[in-house]
Amino acid sequence: MFQVRIHGRGGQGVVTAAEMLSVAAFDEGRYAQAFPSFGSERMGAPVVAFCRMDTREIRLREPVMRPDALIIQDATLLHQVDLFAGLPSDGYILINSTRSLGELGLEDLLARHSMERVCTVAASELAMRHLGRPLPNAALLGGFAAITGQLSIGSVAGAIHAKFSGKVSEANVAAARAAFESVLESLARSKAHA
Amino acid sequence: MSVQEVKFYQTGTFTVGNRLLAENERAVQANMRRTNSLNSGHRACQGCGEALGARYAIDAAMHATGDRVVAVNATGCLEVFSTPYPETSWQIPWIHSLFGNAAAVASGVAAAMRAKGRKDVRVIAQGGDGGTTDIGFGCLSGMFERNDDVLYICYDNEAYMNTGVQRSSATPPAARTATTMAVGDEPGNRFGTGKNVPLIAMAHRIPYVATASVANLRDLEDKVRRAIAIEGARYIHIHVPCPLGWGSAPSDTIKVARMAVESGLFPVFEAEDGVVTSRYKLRRPVPVEEYLKLQRRFAHLFGKNPDTATLARIQAMADQNIGFFEL
Amino acid sequence: MLRQVEGSQAVAEAVALCRPQVICAYPITPQTHIVEGLGEMVKDGRLAGCEFINVESEFAALSVAIGSSAAGVRSYTATASQGILYMAEAVYNASGLGLPIVMTIGNRAIGAPINIWNDHSDSMALRDAGWIQLYAETNQEAADLHIQAFRLAEELSCPVMVCVDGFILTHAYERVDIPSQDEVDAYLPPFEPVQVLDVSDPVSMGAMVGPEAFFEVRYLQHHKQERALDRIPELAAEFAARFGRESGGLLRTYRCEDAETIVVALGSVNGTIKEAVDEMRARGQRVGSVALVSFRPFPLAAMRAALGGARRVVVLEKCLAVGIGGIVSDGVRKSLSGIALAGHTVIAGLGGRAITKASLVSLLERAARDELQLLNFLDLRQDVIERELGRERASRRSGPTAENILRDLGATAAGASPS
Repeated sequence: MFQVRIHGRGGQGVVTAAEMLSVAAFDEGRYAQAFPSFGSERMGAPVVAFCRMDTREIRLREPVMRPDALIIQDATLLHQVDLFAGLPSDGYILINSTRSLGELGLEDLLARHSMERVCTVAASELAMRHLGRPLPNAALLGGFAAITGQLSIGSVAGAIHAKFSGKVSEANVAAARAAFESVLESLARSKAHA
Repeated sequence: MSVQEVKFYQTGTFTVGNRLLAENERAVQANMRRTNSLNSGHRACQGCGEALGARYAIDAAMHATGDRVVAVNATGCLEVFSTPYPETSWQIPWIHSLFGNAAAVASGVAAAMRAKGRKDVRVIAQGGDGGTTDIGFGCLSGMFERNDDVLYICYDNEAYMNTGVQRSSATPPAARTATTMAVGDEPGNRFGTGKNVPLIAMAHRIPYVATASVANLRDLEDKVRRAIAIEGARYIHIHVPCPLGWGSAPSDTIKVARMAVESGLFPVFEAEDGVVTSRYKLRRPVPVEEYLKLQRRFAHLFGKNPDTATLARIQAMADQNIGFFEL
Repeated sequence: MLRQVEGSQAVAEAVALCRPQVICAYPITPQTHIVEGLGEMVKDGRLAGCEFINVESEFAALSVAIGSSAAGVRSYTATASQGILYMAEAVYNASGLGLPIVMTIGNRAIGAPINIWNDHSDSMALRDAGWIQLYAETNQEAADLHIQAFRLAEELSCPVMVCVDGFILTHAYERVDIPSQDEVDAYLPPFEPVQVLDVSDPVSMGAMVGPEAFFEVRYLQHHKQERALDRIPELAAEFAARFGRESGGLLRTYRCEDAETIVVALGSVNGTIKEAVDEMRARGQRVGSVALVSFRPFPLAAMRAALGGARRVVVLEKCLAVGIGGIVSDGVRKSLSGIALAGHTVIAGLGGRAITKASLVSLLERAARDELQLLNFLDLRQDVIERELGRERASRRSGPTAENILRDLGATAAGASPS
C-alpha cells in the first residue's frame, strides 16, 4: 500500500487533489481510497486530505498516520502545523515553493531524511503561467508522479481531464506536465551534486 | 365576484333561494346527488361549524372535479370526529397526516399525482387553526413558497378545540380559553398577539387566497370551485364557530358566523398573487357587541360592569378591517 | 460498470437506478452530496419521471415522502443527525402506516455539542421506530443496499433506513461497480402498493386506533420485521446471483471459525477491524470479527450461531446509551442468552474520533489477557476528563464543559500549561 497525505489551506483544492490521485491510480488498475479530514471549514484554514493506493482491496479506514509521501501545497503551514508527523525517513516530500529547503528553514528538520526523496516545485507559479490562477493542486500531482514514480504522468493527465473540462482542463494538464519535468530536472541536479 | 348579488331572505334561512334558482345555480348542498363526502355518523358536537364547513367545501370540490379529490387531514377535531375507530365518515381517499405536516404530506400526494400523469386528481390539505397557524406553519409556508399544487383549507375555530380549548395564534384578543383565562389584569387572550394567515398567504404571492364563512354557503362553494381549478398553491381560510369552545348555542352557529362577518371582525375577501381582488361589502356594519355577546368566551366583557375599554378596542379592530379591506 | 467515485455519488446513482418517482430532501451534512447528485440527475433528465422537491425542513422532507408513498409512488429521502430527530414524529408515522419509503442516513453525531463527524447516534436514536436498519461497510455495499432496500421495503410494506458512515464513506472516493439499468430493473420490479389513495377506490388512512386494536397493529409491525429476518438473506442471495457480488444479508463473519475472541461492529470500521484481526492472527491470536449489517431486525439466531463458539466477545460501538453503556451490546447479549462467555462493550469513535488499527490491536491484546472491563471507552483522554472534573470541583460557575475542554486542548496544543 502507498499512502499519501496532502496538506494545504481551504480553497486550494487539497481534497480535489487527493480525489484525482485516486482516479489516476484507479485508471492504472489499482485500488485507491481518497478522503478528506474535516476541520472547521473556511477559506484559508489548514486542510488535510489522504489517498491510499494498493494492488488489493483497501480495508483500512483511519487517517493516514504513516504517509509514504507528503504533498505540501502551502509552505506557510510549515512551521504552524506538524506536517511531518508519522513520516518515515525515506518518505517522499514535495513542497510547493520557489524557495530552497534552507530558505524554508527545513535543513535541520530533514537532516536525517533521504534527501533524494525531497523536492520543491514552484507549482503556484506554474499554475499562474498556465492557468492564470495560483491553484497548485493539479501541478503538484505532476510533481508527485515524478518524485515517487507511483503514477505515470499520463494517468495524472487523465484524472485531471476527468475532473475538469475545456480550457481549464488543458491548462491544468499543462501545469502538471511542467511540474513533472521540473521535478525530474531537480532530482537529476541534486543527484549530480551528491 | 363570486358572491351572489341578490339575496333572498326568509326568517334567517337561505333555503328559499335554492327553490327559486335555476338548477345549475343552486348550491351543491341543495343537490340530492351531492357526494356527502363527510358522511353522517361522524362524532362532531351538535352545531359544529367545522363539520359544516368541511362538508360544504369537500362536496363543492368533488362536484367541480368530477369526484377526483384526495384529502390530507391534520390532527384535530375534524380528523378525530370524522374517523372514530373503527369507522370513517369520509367517502373520498383520505389520509390523516400528523399535526404539523398536512401541507407537506399534501405536497407529496400532489407530486405523486404529477409523477403518475394524473394532474386531474386534485389535492386538498385541511387542518384547524392550530395545525395551520402554529405547528403547521413551517410546512404551510414551504408549500406556498414552492407553489405546490395543493389547496389548503383552514377551518378556523380560533383555538385548539380538540384538546380542550387552548389558545392558538388564531385566538382573538380578549377571548377566554383554557390557557388564557378571564382573570387578572388582562382577562382572556392578550391584545397585540396573533397571526393573520390569509395576509401571510398573500405575502407569499400564491395564485389564490380567500376567506369564507359557514354563514354564506354559496360564497364558500364558489370559492372552493374557483380554487380547485387553479394550478399552484391556494389557501382558503374558513371561519367556523365552535359552540363548545366559544360558549355559543349550537343552534346559533350560522348566526354567530354571520355576526362575525357583518361586524367586520372576520373580513370576507379574495386575493390573487398577493393583491385583494374582491371583498364582501358590509351594507350596515353590526356593532361588535352583537357578535361577542352570543359567546360565553367573551362573557367577562359584559355584565354589571361591562369592560367598555376592551369592547372599544375590539370595535377598533373591526373598524380597521373595514378600512383596510374596504368592506 | 467499475468507477472511482465519491460514496455519495455512488449512492445517488444507485438510487436513481431504482426509478424513484418522488425525491424530497433538506440539506444536512454529510448527506448533501447525495441529494445534490440526485437533484442534478432529475434536472438534466438523466433521472426521468421523477419529481425532486426542495423542502423547508427534514420534517417536511419525510412528510412529503409519506404523502407520495401513500399516493402510490416510489419515494426517497435522506438525512442525518439533527435532521432525523427533527423528523422523528414522521419516522414513526411512516412505519406505523406501513409505507415503503427508503431513506439514507449519513451517520453523524447528535449535538449538543454540535458535531458534524461520524458516529451512529442518529440512526440509533430511532432504532425502535419500526424501520428496518441496514449498515453499509463499504461504498459498494452502500450502493447495493439501496437497491435491496427498495425491494425489501415494497415487499413487506415497511420503510428501510440505509446507514452510511458520514465522511468516512459518504465523502470517500473509492471504486464502486455501478450496475446497469437493466440489471436493476430485473431485480426491482415496479412498485405495487398494498394501500393507496385512489379516487376510484377511496380509503381512509391514518385514523385513530383505540385500545381495541392498537396492540395488534403494532404487533404486526414486529411480525413484519421477523419475516424480514428470512427475506433479507434471501434477497441478498438473489442479489449475489444477479449482480455477481456479496452485499447485504444479516451479518458477515471474518475468520471466526476457530476464534477465541470475536469483535462485533457496524459499518465502515469493520474494514479497519479486519486489518487488526489479520495482525492479531499473525501474532498467533485466534481473533475474528462479525460485521452486523441488519441491526433492525436484529438477527438473534444468526448472531448466536456466529459467536457461540468464542470465549469472549468484544462489541465495538459508535454510539453510547448515556446512563447505561452499549446499545448494540444489548442485542448481542440477548442473542447469547444462556451461553456463558465474557462480553465486553467498547465505546469508540464518538463524534468522529478516528478508530485506528493500532488502537484496535492494543485493545485486542488487552482482551486476550482478559484485561477489559464490562464497559470500555477506546482512546478516551482521561487527563482531559480529570482536568474538567477538577474545574467543576473548584468552582460552581465552572463554565460550559465543551468550551472548557476545547480551550484546554488549545492551550495544550499551543504549549501552554492547562489551567
